[in-house]
Amino acid sequence: MAPTPCALCHTSRALIIRPKNHQKLCKTCFVTIFETEIHNTITANSLFHRGERIAIGASGGKDSTVLASVLKTLDERHDYGLDLVLLSIDEGIKGYRDDSLETVKRNALQYEMPLEIVGYDELYGWTMDQVVEQIGKKGNCTYCGVFRRQALDRGAARLGIKHVVTGHNADDIAETLMMNLLRGDLPRLARATGIVTDSTASEIKRSKPLKYAYEKEIVLYAHHKGLDYFTTECIYSPEAFRGSARTLIKNLERIRPSAILDVVRSGEDMAKLVPEGVGGGSKRAKDVVVIDGEEEGPGGCGSANGRASGGEMAAMEQKLRDDEKAQENEVEITVSTLNGQRHEGTNTVPKQPRTKAPRTMPKQQMGNCSRCGYLSSQAICKACMLLEGLNKNRPKMQIQVGVDEEDNSPTLTRRMEGLTIPPG
Amino acid sequence: MDITPCRFGTSDQSLETIPIAVEFSGGLELLFSNQRKHQISLPTKDEDGQTANVAFLVQYLCQHLMKDRRKELFVMGGTVRPGILVLINDADWELEGENSYELQNGDNVLFVSTLHGG
Ligand SMILES: [Zn+2]
Ligand SMILES: [Zn+2]
Repeated sequence: MAPTPCALCHTSRALIIRPKNHQKLCKTCFVTIFETEIHNTITANSLFHRGERIAIGASGGKDSTVLASVLKTLDERHDYGLDLVLLSIDEGIKGYRDDSLETVKRNALQYEMPLEIVGYDELYGWTMDQVVEQIGKKGNCTYCGVFRRQALDRGAARLGIKHVVTGHNADDIAETLMMNLLRGDLPRLARATGIVTDSTASEIKRSKPLKYAYEKEIVLYAHHKGLDYFTTECIYSPEAFRGSARTLIKNLERIRPSAILDVVRSGEDMAKLVPEGVGGGSKRAKDVVVIDGEEEGPGGCGSANGRASGGEMAAMEQKLRDDEKAQENEVEITVSTLNGQRHEGTNTVPKQPRTKAPRTMPKQQMGNCSRCGYLSSQAICKACMLLEGLNKNRPKMQIQVGVDEEDNSPTLTRRMEGLTIPPG
Repeated sequence: MDITPCRFGTSDQSLETIPIAVEFSGGLELLFSNQRKHQISLPTKDEDGQTANVAFLVQYLCQHLMKDRRKELFVMGGTVRPGILVLINDADWELEGENSYELQNGDNVLFVSTLHGG
């Protein structure tokens, strides 16, 4: 087959075919356009301001490595004036983090960024290995996930940094959207779409500059730039539901590559239909979501079972109940709030009466954890509850482990889904 | 789901082979003896006498190189599992005709999983 010339420079040989538009590009043009699009995402959403200190949640894996590399490049190219720091969490899983932390250490040198490693042992007094030793492999992802969500915030707070960026990509977000769609969880679906999550529960702002970047292009960028990354795989995390959503997304991509961004955009459009407050939509800025600080975070482990139903859900349920329209008919809300927007087809959606009564949960207010002082929707934060259980040798007493989990952070959890299939 | 992807038998009748460099990354190396780079001698013809192409290479790797029994992590529905990128001499295999690309002496074929964590 004769070499295809690059669609942009028309001279070099095309090596990349872009999933979102089938454009055929050479290595140089691909690298440039990939970076430019992330720059556009950053500026369109005003993600950063000059002089801002930013912690990059760094696992040593492809997404956070590409994020660090691209931010370094863009900060220099466009003079953002950022103070970039790599922040890594050491869960204390022997052998698992050793290699990835070595990768992050090399990245710190390569990108000339300071590196801060925060260990579960120093934060919680327990390493994951010790947790597993006590409670066994089943259910330990609850601990890993809850601990990890706080660890990034706490690590950032310790450094006096108020903004954490994570490497979530379009595939991750599409995956999370599909999971929430399949669960019928509109509020979580809405929240999963935000590029920025401002937390009411902590000082720390989180954002996802790679939100519109295809995982395929992230991998190709790392490959063509020769980036040094480590393949992370949490040895403790079976995660069947996310795995299925992931397989679905990848299968769709094979047939219609644009599907991934289409799902992300559909999610954004659906988020606009969620009644004010229910999805936690913020008025402050476009595409900003306000969440409970414990609700979403990077690097949750074993997301399928890592989440207790928190007060924030209760507050949302309350809003939902208070909303007459919502009580009557969920679909109608979407139609009525939607005038003038580009969803003409919605009117044809059959109106389904609400058959399930809203779940009732105690309404709770944000406050500080009475044990550790961390901002929490409950008197005692989830980490402290888990710790209490661990310390009392009663690990599963205090937390109700639900399926309402939308942590779209496969950093640690992703694995080849097929592992659940028996061989042969 | 196709969990018996290796359809070919064990007899390789062709004597002629071509040297090919095969590389696995992004976690796929775990399925191939935890080794990233492999030099293989690929028969120039498949069992039906057709010139060896990528489809044949994949089956060949599955049968001869992959020690891991979980073949479905590499191959699904008779082709490379979705989520695994294939680069032929650094070019996306979609630019080269995917499974029908006929391998040349000294080609480098890279399989990268995007399915592992980042
Ligand atoms: Zn070019
Ligand atoms: Zn606490």
